Amino acid sequence: MSAIIQVEALSKAYSYKLALKQVSFEVERQSFVGILGHNGSGKSTLIKLLCGLSKPTHGRITIGGWSIPQELGAVRAQLGLVSHALMLSPMLTARENLRFYGRLYDVPALDERINSLLETVGLTRFADQAIKTFSRGMQQRLSIARAFLHDPSILLLDEPFTGLDQTASTMLINLLEQAQAQGRTIVMVTHQVELALQYCDRLLVLSRGQLQYAGQATDFSLAQYEEILRR
Amino acid sequence: MTTISPVSPAPRAGLQVMSATTLIAVAVGLYLALIFAGTDIDQGNIQRIFYIHMPAFFGAFTAFSATVLGGILYLITRNPRWDRMAVAGVEVGLMLSLVNLLTGSIWARPIWNTWWTWDPRLTSTAVMVLTYAAYLMLRAGIEQPEQRRRFAAVYGILAIVTVVITLVIIRVRDDTIHPVVVGTGSTAAEGTFDVQATRGVTTALLFNLPVWGLLIPITLMMFRMRLEQLTEHVDRLKAELMER
Amino acid sequence: MTPLFWRACWLIFRKDWLQEQRSRELISLMTLFGLLSTLTFSFALQLDRLSRVESVSGILWVTILFAMILGMDRSAGNDRENETFLAILLSPIPRAAIFIGKSIANGLFALTIGAILIGLMTFLYNLPLLQPMIFLILLLLVVGLSSVGTLLATMTVQTRSRSTLLPIVMLPTALPLVLAAVSATIPLIAQSDVNNSIAMWIQLMAVLDAVYFTLAVLLFDFVVEE
Repeated sequence: MSAIIQVEALSKAYSYKLALKQVSFEVERQSFVGILGHNGSGKSTLIKLLCGLSKPTHGRITIGGWSIPQELGAVRAQLGLVSHALMLSPMLTARENLRFYGRLYDVPALDERINSLLETVGLTRFADQAIKTFSRGMQQRLSIARAFLHDPSILLLDEPFTGLDQTASTMLINLLEQAQAQGRTIVMVTHQVELALQYCDRLLVLSRGQLQYAGQATDFSLAQYEEILRR
Repeated sequence: MTTISPVSPAPRAGLQVMSATTLIAVAVGLYLALIFAGTDIDQGNIQRIFYIHMPAFFGAFTAFSATVLGGILYLITRNPRWDRMAVAGVEVGLMLSLVNLLTGSIWARPIWNTWWTWDPRLTSTAVMVLTYAAYLMLRAGIEQPEQRRRFAAVYGILAIVTVVITLVIIRVRDDTIHPVVVGTGSTAAEGTFDVQATRGVTTALLFNLPVWGLLIPITLMMFRMRLEQLTEHVDRLKAELMER
Repeated sequence: MTPLFWRACWLIFRKDWLQEQRSRELISLMTLFGLLSTLTFSFALQLDRLSRVESVSGILWVTILFAMILGMDRSAGNDRENETFLAILLSPIPRAAIFIGKSIANGLFALTIGAILIGLMTFLYNLPLLQPMIFLILLLLVVGLSSVGTLLATMTVQTRSRSTLLPIVMLPTALPLVLAAVSATIPLIAQSDVNNSIAMWIQLMAVLDAVYFTLAVLLFDFVVEE
């Protein structure tokens, strides 16, 4: 039983409307889980709850045995988040941004790590430019570098491929596969079904706040997904 | 979906008892103030407004204290009933503050020959009113209930600190023209009156103090809290209906 | 309060400061507002070289208050842009350190324009404003306002009404501090009966600062959770 994330009967209400209803699932260590669903299905809410940035209305979340968000402090350093928001300061340079976040997490040998990550995401040339001059794709690439900076054991991604061109998407996929091979756990929200089917181990499908499917990616198909959406 | 416990349409027994008691007490208090107590030698009948003016201020303070208490308890327990108490406290407190300011104004016109003055004591009461009006504006500007309760609780704590400090500053500044009933008055005070001189003043005052200072705020707050509870109940039912 | 904690405060402060160095947005906004406000008051109150001491004292501190409200609102808004604040909240940094770092940054911006305004008014109204005591009052005012203001700005920026709400909640809470500042400044400008009156006001401001700072640190957690 190596479930690193456990979610039990999770519900989240905003203004008496339930964004998530009684969602329960587990994420095994070192697995790559994809969360699929249409807009408004509760995917982003789920990621926010897993980060501890939001409190559940009902239910429990545990990460590595720690209760979230009450005991979030114990696991904060292990979590990395990539969302469609950049979480970077536009006025600062790429390097300054990474230095800031690196110091927040007390990353050792920071400058080398920054250089190596910048190279991985292909932004070494632009390291000392203010990121407001970057294209959306470049900004997203930097955001990914930011998430990997402190070497988190759990990666949470909310539509990370937004704004990425083919090269960058491939780069990200490679990064993720590498991360998984190195023992990290990945939970990714995406609407790109084909990608999820191809690279994820397990799939969770949300529709209108409820979990409609939880199982192996190999047992799932595009047709099944469309069927769920139609319901 | 969690089951919604039903809320009974008729007010509970406790509230009915409080309402009856309060109504009777107010009637008795008014009798004492308007008929029983003797007429003031210097000021005449206008002085009678004092029996409501001062107790109303204490009533406002009682209500605002409930607000800060409710806020603190909400932050600790996250139970919405404390927030209901907080919002009830602000509304009732504001009303009683306005009663205080209005009765003061009515008194001031013949005695000080003006409706209003920027005297420290009046200014501080005005500050109190505006601080809590801002509280209500803050609540109105937040849609999400949980966030609204939380932010209102935080502001409520800041508000009471501001009000208390402003009142303390007033005590320190001795240049107020407002008459001081308890303790030595300032030399600048105009329109003082001797508590012992006129018959029945003490009785009327001591009776009306708990009526306006405790009974009225508590009863009105109970009504307001019930209203809030019913409103939330309706909102929840509406939301559930939309889900179907 | 370990060295790690202070290092975290410094990190947050330094980022805000660096951002401002690049964009110069807050300082220019606040300074321009300060100038316009002073000008408007001058016309409206018909102030000239022989202006009343009380008026100038009031204008100075109230203008700084309004400028700070503008600045803190914009600063909080910048954090929301790109959700940078979210990433900071997610990191292992203690919440109190985030608050302290931000309020020191806000405070320093305010001190800068405060000094500019004091200099400007000395020049415009030919009044002896360039005294150490007045700068002390500025410091005390700014410390208190940036504590309570950073807390309230973080709160209001999350609401629907955003920028319109901050002045409404900030003005009442700022009042005791502004009142004390104005009262302390009047004798200093008039240069009469100084020692007696202002000692009390200065002490009051110091106490207020301590109270507001402590409250803000304690309450900040409740304002940033979701």
